[in-house]
Formats: sequence, C-alpha cells, structure tokens
Amino acid sequence: MESHLISNGIVLVMLFGTAATIWAVRRSRLWSSAFVSLWHRRRLALLVTAVYVGVALLDSVAWVGGDSLGGDTVSLHEARSVIDRVFGGSQEKSYSAPLATTEFYGGRGLRYPGGHWLGTDMIGRDVFYLTLKGARVALLIGGLTSLIAIPLALLFGISAGYFGGRIDDVVFFLMTTLASMPGLLLLIALIMVMGKSTLAVCVALAVTGWVGFCRVSRGETLKLRELEFVSAARALGVSEFQILTRHILPNLMHLVIITFVLMFSGLVLSEAILSWLGIGVDGSWGQMIDQARNELSRDPIVWWNIAASGAALFGLILAVNFVGDALRDVLDPRTVKDEK
Amino acid sequence: MTTPLLRVQGLRTWFPIKAGVFRKTVGHVQAVTDVDLEIEAGSTLALVGESGCGKTTVGRSILGLTPSQSGRVEFEGADLRGLSQTAWRPYRRDLQIIFQDPMASLDPRMRVRDSVAEGMRSFGLGRDESERTERVQQLFERVQLDPDHIWRYPHEFSGGQRQRICIARALAVEPKLIVCDEAVSALDVSIQAQILNLLADLQSELGLAYLFITHDLGVVRYLADRVAVMYLGQIVESGPTASIFANPLHPYTRGLLKAVPSIDPHRRGGAPPVEGDVPSPSAPPSGCYFHTRCSDVMEQCRTQAPAVYGEGPQRARCFLADPSGAPR
Repeated sequence: MESHLISNGIVLVMLFGTAATIWAVRRSRLWSSAFVSLWHRRRLALLVTAVYVGVALLDSVAWVGGDSLGGDTVSLHEARSVIDRVFGGSQEKSYSAPLATTEFYGGRGLRYPGGHWLGTDMIGRDVFYLTLKGARVALLIGGLTSLIAIPLALLFGISAGYFGGRIDDVVFFLMTTLASMPGLLLLIALIMVMGKSTLAVCVALAVTGWVGFCRVSRGETLKLRELEFVSAARALGVSEFQILTRHILPNLMHLVIITFVLMFSGLVLSEAILSWLGIGVDGSWGQMIDQARNELSRDPIVWWNIAASGAALFGLILAVNFVGDALRDVLDPRTVKDEK
Repeated sequence: MTTPLLRVQGLRTWFPIKAGVFRKTVGHVQAVTDVDLEIEAGSTLALVGESGCGKTTVGRSILGLTPSQSGRVEFEGADLRGLSQTAWRPYRRDLQIIFQDPMASLDPRMRVRDSVAEGMRSFGLGRDESERTERVQQLFERVQLDPDHIWRYPHEFSGGQRQRICIARALAVEPKLIVCDEAVSALDVSIQAQILNLLADLQSELGLAYLFITHDLGVVRYLADRVAVMYLGQIVESGPTASIFANPLHPYTRGLLKAVPSIDPHRRGGAPPVEGDVPSPSAPPSGCYFHTRCSDVMEQCRTQAPAVYGEGPQRARCFLADPSGAPR
C-alpha cells in the first residue's frame, strides 16, 4: 500500500480513538472532572498543543492530484498533504529574509515578493512551510516512541512489582544494565545497527527510555499490591488477571498519562540532539537547527532558519510541559480525593 | 461435641529473613507460632493483643492471604491451609474479611457499586448486572446507607460510611464467617459504636460468626462470646469473655485488663501493669516468651516453655495455671 494511504488511515483511527476516549472520559466523573480542571488551569498551553497537533494532522492527510502550485509537473503525481497544498510550492532560488522582496545575496527579484513570512533557506525553500512540516515529525517521534516505550515499561513494571521473585530479579537486572550504559552512546549504537530511519530512531529512543517509567510502575505496583482492596478482591475469589486489569492498571493510569506527556517533550528534544549529531530524522526541527549552524557565522547573519525551528521546538515543549505539570496536579490521587 | 465452624490447630506463619547475594534464609520472623482457635457458628471470638503480636497475620493466614508453614485450618471439617488459589475458591464465599483502614480497603478508582458487586460477579451470583445493582441497593439499605449513593466513588464517603460499604461487600457473597481485622480501630468512638451495633444486628439476623481482631478490650467485652489473648505469636490465654474478665489466669492478661483506662480515680495511677517492650519476634526469649516482662516470673519460666494448662473452657499458657503443682 502507498504510504500516504497508511498515513490517512492512521489519522482516521486516531480521530476515532480520540472520540472514543472523550466518550469514556465523559462517562467517568473522576476523569472528566480532572480534565475540566486541567482546562481551567492551562487553557493557553492546551490550545497551543492543539495547534501543533492540528498542523501535524493536516500534514498527515495526503492525496494525489490537484493543482500544481509551483508549476512543476512532478508534484502532480506525488501525494501531497493539506499543508503541502496550502503552503508549499513557493520555491525560490536562494536565501531571502522574512517578507523580503529581493534575494538576500545579490538582490535579484523574488518569484513571490513578500510572500515568505519567515524567509527562505539556502536552496530557496519557504522556512514557514518547513517549520510547519516539522510539527508532524516531532509528534511522530514523541508519539511513536511513547507508544513503544510505555506499554513495554508497564508490562515489565507491573509483572515485576506484582509477581516479584524471579520475574522481579530479571526485570531489575535488565533495568540496571540499561541504566548503567551511557544513554547517548547506546542510542547511537542502536541507530547504527538498525539503519537511519524514523522507525529506527523511535525504537532506539524507546529502548533507552522505558527504564524510568518501568521503575516508577514497578514501585507503584509494589505499593498497590499490599493495599487492602487488593487483599479484599483476592478474598472475594477474583483471579490474579482480573486483579491486575480491574484494580492495578486503573490505579496506574494517571501515571501513564503524566509520563506520556513529560516523556513526549523529552523525546522531541532528544531527537534534536540526535539530528545535531547527524543521525536524526529527515525534516525535523533538529535537522533545521543543525543545518543552520553555519549560517550563524555569516555576515550579515542568516537568523530566520534557526529562529523559526528553535521557536517551534521551544513552543511545543513549553506548552506540553505546562500541560504535563498541571496534569500531575490534577491526576494525583491525593488531590482528587479532596475534590467533591 | 459438634464440629465448630472454624478450627485452627497449630497454625504457624513464619516469615523468612533473607540476606546476602544468594538470598539465603538466615532466620525467621516468628509472627504466628502454634496457634489454636475454635469458632462456633454464629458466635464471636475476639483475638486481642498489643500491636505486633501477630493478630492480623492469624486472620490473613486463616484466609490464605498470607502463606503459612504448618498446622490445620479446618472450615466445616475441610482443611484449607496450603490450598492453591483455585482450590480455595469454593470456600471464598463462606469466609470474608473486613480490614482496618477504610481508606485503603476500597479501590479509589472504582465506583462503590462495582466494589460491592465484585464478589457477586466473581461467583456469578445474580442473573445480570441490573439484578446485582438491585442487590447492592438492598445491601446498602441493610448497612444503613443511602441506596442512591451506589454510583459514587469512595472518596465521597466518610470513614464510617466506607466501613459500612466494606461490610456490604463482605455480606454480598453471604458468608458464614467474617474476619474483622481491627475493623473499628480507625474510627471515631461514636462511629465505632454504630458499626459495632450494626455488626451485632447482622450476627443475630444472619447467624454470622466473627473472628474479631482488636486491641480494644472495651470492644471485646461488648461483642465477644469468647476471647483469645495473643502475645508474641502465641495464644497465652483463651476462654469465655466473662470468666476472662472476672478471673484472668495469665499475668499478661491481668496486665492488659489493668491497662484499660478507668473513670474511677481510685483505680488510676500506679506503675504501668506491663513494663518494657515486646521482644523481637525474630529472636523470641527462651522458656516462656513472656518471662522478660512478667511480674510473677519464676525460675523455671526462664528455661522451660509452659504448656497450655487449665480445665474447662478457660486455659492459659502459664505455669501458674498448672493445677498439679503451682508453687504458690
């Protein structure tokens, strides 16, 4: 199947998933009250995050055909996303400053004078367009990696904490072994082995990133296992599997959500560092920053490339961290208890 | 004599102390050592003792929630000790437990209706969910809670109300025996009385038997038919409530009874009845476990462990209760 169709399908599944989650949250008063108070606390951060997600989704829905904006015939036969169709295609020959009417070097006239809000890069691509495209890459890295790392960490953490004994020994050995290796070296080694692709970067980040949450979920499970409602369930003849799914897992969910949000911003930053080392994902903000390194030493300085990608990265991470911080307050069982 | 509802014989629950790289067992915390108990159907046995003496472990071991090493736990003649979870299942309906901490004994993320219905769901009682909901409402009425509140979460209830919910959860599977593990210790005195009255009403109505684990002798006198006094993992004295309160045989029981606060000013003051701290259960003293703190200690107490003496219903693990040759 063509990759843009898969991407469209995933967007569709995600929209359905979001709808189902909203429906489930609305049914549970505990969760819906938490999200209402989150909205009251961090309205701006939530809206900013939503803008990023919206851009990434618009960049994920693609189809073949339609008008050729840049007048080049190849793009007519390529799948282009909504973002490509609206913002793409305004190709220049070289650098131009934001909203300039002439090229940065030489002063020749532009094809779209004043049409580049954030200027163009070395090969004349619109920086605003590239920055928008970076949102999808950032969310893909954060989302896909969390999707691999968190279930892995939960599985290992819960089984180690709940069953203890040999399983705990094995999991703990794995965790300490991974934790004792320098994270960056392991990342580089894994990417070298698997080859440089988006999936490889995500898997490598997940392998190095699951240990922290595994330790948290193991500890929390150890605590929950000894609580009396678990003993009561056992005394009522509830099976171990049902105790895990009905009691342990729901009581870990708030940690899962907090970890997801906080891990997410960390992963986007990690990718920027990997890009800087030259093993990042194509089209990411990190790569834009990496490419802009030499531009900073030019005189007059070419600043818009690094400013745009840096600000986009900064904005996303700040917003997500604000949301994560508020989530921690809102979902903490101790604060939930006090609410009526 | 008919077989009692529950007969515990020689129950031993020791927790291994592991040390070193290879987790070698270097000793045991002797939480429960050779405990014998009997509970008749529809009666209440109180298990008393200071904190750390192993009362709770006895309760949990009887229910198989904490694995025990040896002994017999006979319920209606069948030995339950050491059974697997699957083999235990048929008996789970008959034996239930209510815990001390009403905050921790209900799942905070579960509506109380689901918590109460959990046992019914597990045993397939009731035709469908709506029938179980109806039954939960009846149970709420039975424990004097508002049946409209079944869809609330535990944090919306007070401690006393939560303890009522726990009682409802235990009652939902129609048990014959309920282990009440310090069930009222965490509550206000006025609420304690309400819960105790509720438990007494339920007993006379449904013919329940209780194993009431507590350190509160006032509660014991109010509720219990028989008393067993525990010290350092052993039962040191047992017998009918009235005779133990009137004529305690073991020096430890006497000390406990003296320690009950009194409103009579003439009975206040004086030296504390039992001095010192409880010895470590991982290295209990030689001879009689109580000899390090006993006010009536004799020479033989330091070296020889006393057997259980006494005729009739009241028995004590003390040389003073030995009718054949008490030295004084």
